[in-house]
Amino acid sequence: MPVGPPALLALEDGTVFRGRGFGATGEAFGEAVFNTAMSGYQEVLTDPSYAGQVVAMTCPHQGNYGTNREDAESAQVRVAGFAVREASRRASSWRGERTLWEELAVAGVVGIEGIDTRRLTLRLRESGAMRCGVSTEDLDPPSLVRRILSTPGMEGTDLARTVTVAEPYGAGSLVGPADGSRDPVLRVAAYDFGLKRNILRLLAAAGCEVIVFPARTVAAAILADGFDGVFLSNGPGDPAATTYGVDAARELLGKVPVFGICLGHQLLGLALDGRTYKMKFGHRGANQPVRDLATGRVEVTSHNHGFAVDPEGWGSRTAERDDERAIVRTPFGRVALTHWNLNDGTLEGLRCLDVPALSVQYHPEAAPGPHDSRHLFEEFRELMVHA
Amino acid sequence: MPKRTDVHRILVIGSGPIVIGQACEFDYSGTQACAVLRREGYHVSLVNPNPATIMTDPEFADATYLEPLTQESMLSVIERERPDSMLPTMGGQTGLNVAVELAESGELDRLGVRLLGASPEAIHRAEDRSGFHRTMVDAGLPVPRSGTARSVDEAMRVAGFIGYPVIVRPSFMLGGGGSGFVTDPASLAELVVRSLAASPATEVLVEESLAGWKEFELEVMRDGADNAVVICSIENLDPMGVHTGDSITVAPQQTLTDREYQDMRDAALACIRAIGVETGGSNIQFAVSPRDGRMVLIEMNPRVSRSSALASKATGFPIAKVAALLAVGYRLDEITNDITGQTPAAFEPTLDYVVVKVPRFAFEKFPETDPVLTSTMKSVGEVMAIGRTFKEALGKAWRSVERSGFDLGPVTGRSDQPVLLSLGIPAERQLHLVEAALAAGHSVEEVAGASGVDPWFVDQIAQVLEETRALHGRALDSISHVELREAKRVGLSDARIGWLTGSTELGVRRRRDELAVAPVFKTVDTCGGEFPAVTPYHYSTYEEEDEVGPAARPRIVILGAGPNRIGQGIEFDYACVHAAYALRDSGFEAVMVNSNPETVSTDYDTSGRLYFEPVSAEDVLAVCRKERPIGVIVQLGGQTPLKLAHVLEAEGFTVLGTRPEAIDLAEDRGKFAALCSELGISAPPHGEARDLGEARGVAARVGYPVVVRPSYVLGGRAMEIVYGEDELERFVRTAADASPDHPVLIDRFLEGAIEVDVDAVADGADVFVGAVMEHIEEAGVHSGDSSCAIPPPTLSDEELDEVERITAVLARRLGVRGLMNLQLAVKDERIWVLEANPRASRTVPFVSKVTGVPLAKAATMVLAGRTLAELAANGLIPSEPGHYRRLPYTSVKAAVLPFGRFPGADSVLGPEMRSTGEVMGVDRDPGMALAKALVASGAALPREGTVFVSVSNRDKRAILFPAKRLADMGFRLLATKGTAGVLRRAGIEVTKVDKVSEGTPSVIDMIEEGRVDLVINTPFGRGPRTDGYHIRTAAWQAGIPCVTTLPGVLAAIRGIEALGEGPTEPRSLQEYHALARDSSPARAVLDLRAEAEVATT
Repeated sequence: MPVGPPALLALEDGTVFRGRGFGATGEAFGEAVFNTAMSGYQEVLTDPSYAGQVVAMTCPHQGNYGTNREDAESAQVRVAGFAVREASRRASSWRGERTLWEELAVAGVVGIEGIDTRRLTLRLRESGAMRCGVSTEDLDPPSLVRRILSTPGMEGTDLARTVTVAEPYGAGSLVGPADGSRDPVLRVAAYDFGLKRNILRLLAAAGCEVIVFPARTVAAAILADGFDGVFLSNGPGDPAATTYGVDAARELLGKVPVFGICLGHQLLGLALDGRTYKMKFGHRGANQPVRDLATGRVEVTSHNHGFAVDPEGWGSRTAERDDERAIVRTPFGRVALTHWNLNDGTLEGLRCLDVPALSVQYHPEAAPGPHDSRHLFEEFRELMVHA
Repeated sequence: MPKRTDVHRILVIGSGPIVIGQACEFDYSGTQACAVLRREGYHVSLVNPNPATIMTDPEFADATYLEPLTQESMLSVIERERPDSMLPTMGGQTGLNVAVELAESGELDRLGVRLLGASPEAIHRAEDRSGFHRTMVDAGLPVPRSGTARSVDEAMRVAGFIGYPVIVRPSFMLGGGGSGFVTDPASLAELVVRSLAASPATEVLVEESLAGWKEFELEVMRDGADNAVVICSIENLDPMGVHTGDSITVAPQQTLTDREYQDMRDAALACIRAIGVETGGSNIQFAVSPRDGRMVLIEMNPRVSRSSALASKATGFPIAKVAALLAVGYRLDEITNDITGQTPAAFEPTLDYVVVKVPRFAFEKFPETDPVLTSTMKSVGEVMAIGRTFKEALGKAWRSVERSGFDLGPVTGRSDQPVLLSLGIPAERQLHLVEAALAAGHSVEEVAGASGVDPWFVDQIAQVLEETRALHGRALDSISHVELREAKRVGLSDARIGWLTGSTELGVRRRRDELAVAPVFKTVDTCGGEFPAVTPYHYSTYEEEDEVGPAARPRIVILGAGPNRIGQGIEFDYACVHAAYALRDSGFEAVMVNSNPETVSTDYDTSGRLYFEPVSAEDVLAVCRKERPIGVIVQLGGQTPLKLAHVLEAEGFTVLGTRPEAIDLAEDRGKFAALCSELGISAPPHGEARDLGEARGVAARVGYPVVVRPSYVLGGRAMEIVYGEDELERFVRTAADASPDHPVLIDRFLEGAIEVDVDAVADGADVFVGAVMEHIEEAGVHSGDSSCAIPPPTLSDEELDEVERITAVLARRLGVRGLMNLQLAVKDERIWVLEANPRASRTVPFVSKVTGVPLAKAATMVLAGRTLAELAANGLIPSEPGHYRRLPYTSVKAAVLPFGRFPGADSVLGPEMRSTGEVMGVDRDPGMALAKALVASGAALPREGTVFVSVSNRDKRAILFPAKRLADMGFRLLATKGTAGVLRRAGIEVTKVDKVSEGTPSVIDMIEEGRVDLVINTPFGRGPRTDGYHIRTAAWQAGIPCVTTLPGVLAAIRGIEALGEGPTEPRSLQEYHALARDSSPARAVLDLRAEAEVATT
């Protein structure tokens, strides 16, 4: 069996995993997180929200169907490092073009395989997300741990600026034109804090012609162009440190319909004068149940977040969750706390009642994950049509 | 939407006997459903005539009816119980079919009973092939090209339009019976005739062949608020064309991208909505083209299924239990996930391990049939194995399936044809052939192309092969820690490593001990480690971290029975489950080890701790080293755990109960015969032979007829009755092949004797006889295939006393502690001991159900240190012997045989067991009990019509009276020349019909045309070319009851008589048990010590 070089994964608490390197050789440092999705590693690898993170997949076999040019969520592999139980040496799919190994090697990203990923997961579950290092060069645990401790943590870090685009571009060049059968076709400005491509596909399918803007674009520039709506994308890092995003959201609210996903949701929450917090180890996977209080329905959703909007951030709430809509008062009027994670009660969605804006913490664009929440793109459309 | 308040009394339908395609997975689901519905406060009544099920234990329902699953008997139960609702989705296809029949007859409406879970319309949309197709097309979902046909001509037209090859399936059938794959019009015509006959609707579907496509299944659940989730994805290794029940399958799916998987998920959810399954689980099957990814929906089952049992065990998500709660109105998000104890059931489980299911076949029992895998299911059981990788799980599955040499890798040596060619014919050892082909130098691509197995899986097997090459020919002590650990991580068994290194399994175990290469234990938690698990459901793996902590209470390990097979089925699981309950109730931590995903024993709720592991030496020892139990119970799981008794003791663990030496003593015919003669007990003369010459000598000495059999087998494997020297050679050779290292056993056969079974519990001093069962067929028919009755209908009290005395004497002399089964024969007023088995038997559940005395539980308490006297004082067992004799009702057990599945197999009953399951009938009238048992077994007796009689010369005199009785009851008799002559001379009116060899219309034609209602045929001559053989197989194909023994004929007549007297009111098991208690005054346990001592001195 072709095996990679010996490799080491260490956590800041000194826990060490010995395995074999795959993909690129070298070193990577970042926040160790685990993802419980059973398929969709290519989408995970290329999701810009994973910037700065070493992602461990709980499902043991990864790379089975290889990678292809259609399933990437951005132009490149974004994870800092990748940890798996077993990386397939063969890509078995009629769409497969590269093996996982080749994909990481080309991207210059270090992978480690053969480790007890369940042990790693349980450690992260108990102790919370931790800084970590993966190396095929420094196989001395104390040395690697020392160097991990000198890296910055995720809290207080703005990473969106590292993954956003430099210049605005039309989404049509990536995902084709907006569905012209939808009337009217709407013009949407999308802030790229780490935007996933499937969001652009679903906006196009909802009849939106999208221009993607760099993360630091000022709201005035967007407002001047007369867009029908603004989309705040997902992305990596601490929302509270992404101050330019919060400022933009605050400027936009009430002036144009706004839809936020993940980091975009957190930025909206902060713009509404709420607060965000770092979760112990976050939600990353494709099986999280979320209830929409408006309909009572439960959707199985795709998640990838380590921060969340605090439902207590606005002080007292007018109604108990689970019974009826929870509504809070904000500088932009009443806001309904619409979506809740049923596993742990995390707030997962907001809807402004007095201005046109909505957001969700999870990923209705899926990729990877279930398609249960795609209707949110239609709700955004409705918001724009009726604005 | 919380619990419904308009539901109060629920009738649950079981699935009846274990048959191929419908096994104990429905006991697992039914047990879960009944338990949770009762916990929710509903009045639960249950109909299921299968006594070997846990669900029919009296604690699981308010009223349990062991009545046939026919419309007529269901109605009589409904009239009595007056349920307001009926749950039809737990009892497999059988349960669903009877529910639909009742609904469509209008009877459910008349009686005010509603169906929970699925409406008759939804069931029709799913089950009727054309309806399903139409519904899917209307919903915009992709399906294969197809058409339905009601005649051969129509089928030919459809196939011509689609293009060959095509698949033919009958509508409304379970397990794919009567379906097949054809490549030309001639074979199409042949198949359609059978298929139309098999379909209750006389309709078949002719469909585009998807041969070579990949097959997937999704287990979907939906609640009344339209929340829907996928519980598990399952990928079949065998491509389309092999029934999913016969395929090796893997969960989760391994080779679809997320994009394709999510499209499949969307289609599955759209499917369950379009079909209109309101609440509950459904199994939805897909085919995917490996060339371009085209996906089509091929089938959906709107109910709990075999796959949902597998999915439940694979994920930890209890599908049946949740389905039952959804049926009474709960939503998925209102139900807590038991495993985490904190998150809701509205989610999709994620697996951080790989599950492999491997089917268990029994082709050796049906030598006349072709062991090729097709779209008709033929496997009789399955195993599941859990590992962190596919390779590890597959290796564990090979150890679980208990097929000799399967864990040693591919078939080595001879090969009749090029290996790539063999790969094109799906067979039991397909994956071994894959490895053999790789070993022969073929590439992964070539092997994948020839076998239709996805290259990813082929490559995984290539990795195992590479690992074996790294070890092959090396000395064991040259293998390092790293190398040995890697070998274990790819799933190689100790036995295979031993073979590769010229050592032994034991040698490898010792080497692993030296190098500290041992597995760790992890937990099945539904969530990939995201939340802590509160349930103790574990598996072993060669990884870094062991996450299973020590138990607080003293542990007792119960070894399960492994895969279901003919001869070792659900009955043994029943005993293990009772042991777990008994240990829990008496303060022990019951630690279950088993590998069978269909069973109640592998429900995480059943035992204190569940280790889903192979019941093989290396895996069981690893669990024992982990748990350090105070003892191990090996006597409840059949032969599988019994075989491990010695190695457990050798490794320092305590085997509870009967000593392993005593087990050997009972198994060894020579020693056992000597022991019998020492005790003054009659046993048939016998001898052992190592070759044909010796066999001739022994047979001549003991006298023909003789029983020939191999040593150390269960279920009468390769056992035959031989009437003369001319037949001896062949059977001696077969027996020698079945157990090559041991001598062939030859016993005198007691022709015409009444056979008797005894199940007893002994504590080393006292013996409690649970029941003596009298067989209906004469000695020579395997006890598992024979019908039997409690109380014994013809044995005298003196004879029963003597049987009980012999039981006590033997139990004491053998030192039995726990269960013992004894087989005896009564002939010429003498009682002969045929066999003693110091372990649980197949009849333990039947005896327990009939008498109301929980034998397995009592035995477990004895194993845990209690005496029978204590158990009697606590009321667990009756304090007075002979309880079973005084029951004011009769119970009859009847076997269910799978001949319909094996075209060409001869249906004559003999010493080799071939039944897959059993049913019972209970009634105050013995004839009615018998009739019920026969009806429940599927051999519905006619009340009028035509009986065909053809008996061997031996039976010609004895058939006169029964034939006369049938004629008197108004039956028209048909007979072939010889039998007709005998009947005519006795003044019985009979019509002569031609044998096959004599012209047309022959009796076969008449059977095929449905002009015969009952066939009586006792065999004369053997082999597939005789007339009798053709008559019997034709009867099975046509679904006409076929009786092959004289006592069977008498029993059938009693049954017909009872049916003629009209239905009797059914009673629940709880009522029968109350009757039994009333008729059994309390008295002290009979102390047989004195008698036993007299006998032993």
